[in-house]
Amino acid sequence: MELLNHLALGFSVALTPINIMYALIGSLLGTLIGVLPGIGPVATIAMLLPTTYSLQPVSALIMLAGIYYGAQYGGSTTSILINMPGETSSAVTCLDGHQMALKGEAGAALATAALASFFAGCVATIFIAAVSIPLSELALKFGPAEYFSLMVLGLIGAVVLAHGSLIKAIAMIVLGLLLGIVGTDVNSGVARFDFGIPELTDGIGVVSVAMGLFGFAEIITNLESQEKRERLSSKVKGLWLSKEQFKAAWPAVLRGTGLGSFLGLLPGGGAMLASFASYAFEKKVAKDPSQFGKGAIQGVAGPEAANNAGAQTSFIPLLTLGIPENAVMAMMVGAMTIHNIQPGPQVMTNNPGLFWGLIASMWVGNLMLVVLNLPLIGIWIKLLTVPYRILYPAILLFCAIGVYTINNTSFDVMQTACFGFLGVLFVKLECEPAPLLLGFVLGPMMEENLRRAMLLSRGDPTVFLTRPLSAVMLAAAVLLILVIALPNIRRKREEAFQEE
Amino acid sequence: MVRIRNPKDFWAGVLFTLTGIAAILIGSRYNLGTAARMGPGYFPRILGMLLILLGGILALRALRTNGPPIPAWRWRPTLVVLGSVVLFGLIVTHVGLALSTVILIVLASIASTEFRWKEALVSGLFLAVLAVGVFIIGLKLQLPIWPMFIHG
Repeated sequence: MELLNHLALGFSVALTPINIMYALIGSLLGTLIGVLPGIGPVATIAMLLPTTYSLQPVSALIMLAGIYYGAQYGGSTTSILINMPGETSSAVTCLDGHQMALKGEAGAALATAALASFFAGCVATIFIAAVSIPLSELALKFGPAEYFSLMVLGLIGAVVLAHGSLIKAIAMIVLGLLLGIVGTDVNSGVARFDFGIPELTDGIGVVSVAMGLFGFAEIITNLESQEKRERLSSKVKGLWLSKEQFKAAWPAVLRGTGLGSFLGLLPGGGAMLASFASYAFEKKVAKDPSQFGKGAIQGVAGPEAANNAGAQTSFIPLLTLGIPENAVMAMMVGAMTIHNIQPGPQVMTNNPGLFWGLIASMWVGNLMLVVLNLPLIGIWIKLLTVPYRILYPAILLFCAIGVYTINNTSFDVMQTACFGFLGVLFVKLECEPAPLLLGFVLGPMMEENLRRAMLLSRGDPTVFLTRPLSAVMLAAAVLLILVIALPNIRRKREEAFQEE
Repeated sequence: MVRIRNPKDFWAGVLFTLTGIAAILIGSRYNLGTAARMGPGYFPRILGMLLILLGGILALRALRTNGPPIPAWRWRPTLVVLGSVVLFGLIVTHVGLALSTVILIVLASIASTEFRWKEALVSGLFLAVLAVGVFIIGLKLQLPIWPMFIHG
């Protein structure tokens, strides 16, 4: 009953005309960037953050959240029609979705993707509402030692599930933490690592870091490789499913939703991990696995349900514990900070309208997406015929305006350019930028909790091991590292990620 | 003579190590404090030491395991893209959003090997109208539309 009251409150916020409008803008923008290659949700959220200053916090968060799950809808469209994922989380949809399109079943594939996403979105919304209350109650019992250990576990978990070298990823976290503490130290008032530059005493802006590493670097590397685009391979007709297709798809949707909801909860989880895991799982449980890669509808239904469920449930750790688990959530922390909301368990109690409104808006946004997405496919396809040489300067322009308007200074633009350069260097050296962004956002929080925990224990570092909850979390982090370091499992992990 | 077998890992390791050393050197000016009462220099020092450790492992390991070479860096896209954005940031308050948009678009387009003057110019003019409409009229951002000498 309590749950229903909360959801009622949420819908009363989410269904105000202004918030419906922002949910619509967010999910449409999300779909747009999901369709367009070369720009992802992280860079888009960074681009839009400065424009949300003047909005109500809840409207701003509703719009930015819409970008993430909207991108899941858009990404599948291009995967199916032109065999090119607009988002990494839709990469597996290419495998069978595009094959279906080649067989003339593009309409069925698109409808499957949209309906699976919608179903998963509905379930995930209720799931978030249900687990948020117990989780934030648990989080309220956390002291600084628990928080510190939770952050360690979150950061380690985030890199364990990413691909590539583990040591590199951990080093990127540490680099991020270091960048995060640039600026005035709140306890002593000392400006750290400011190199005498007055703008740096306020710290480095999250928009600059994200836009440079994710936006500019991506454009530059795309220009270096100059890939040729594949042409649209088939006409879309009959956006509906036959009875047999529906029958084949729905169990996969259920499995994908369950798997995605769960994997979205884990540190490092979210849309991408969920879709990859779901594809592998569907292949395992299928009666005839040889159909996979040749247009099996389960290969579309499962991952598409999973990536949308994962995208939404990855909000849970952010909203209840205050810990972002992937780069998109790190941007949401930035958005909340701009609006003076400290992410964590107290959001639900201090700001219930915002909390439940955001959750309810996800359902509203999903509904709009499923209604609007199918008729809009024609427009998205048209957009894809715009060549990249015209597209990227436009993306750059919006980035530049976004960065400039944070403080109306050219300093931010130059700072972002520096991170763009660094981003290209990271690509060359095969260093993933996502762990750095996570570390960057968590840096100040981590230092603060470390300080407080050590102050309470009078300088005794064993406090992290003698408090049971903290010890369990640290043990889990160590276990994760050990598991990954073992060669056998490492090989398996690499296989799983190469399946695309 | 040791050989670098995995250049990507090696140089990434060197980068991390140097950053760690720099963090400790610069951070040595800040008060370290004690474990119970950490000063502003405590956490940065931990991070610096971690970076040196991780970077060191990475670089040393790169002497034993093989890896692909670092891909060549084609400088034109990097310089043109970042340069045009920085230029935009420097001139936008002086020449206004409309003109700086056209300049950014045309300049940034040069980074592509398929650059065409006319197309870039048309795209720039179109986006200038769009940008002014969305950001200044729609979102009411505090930016001038026209160059300063017109505003007077």
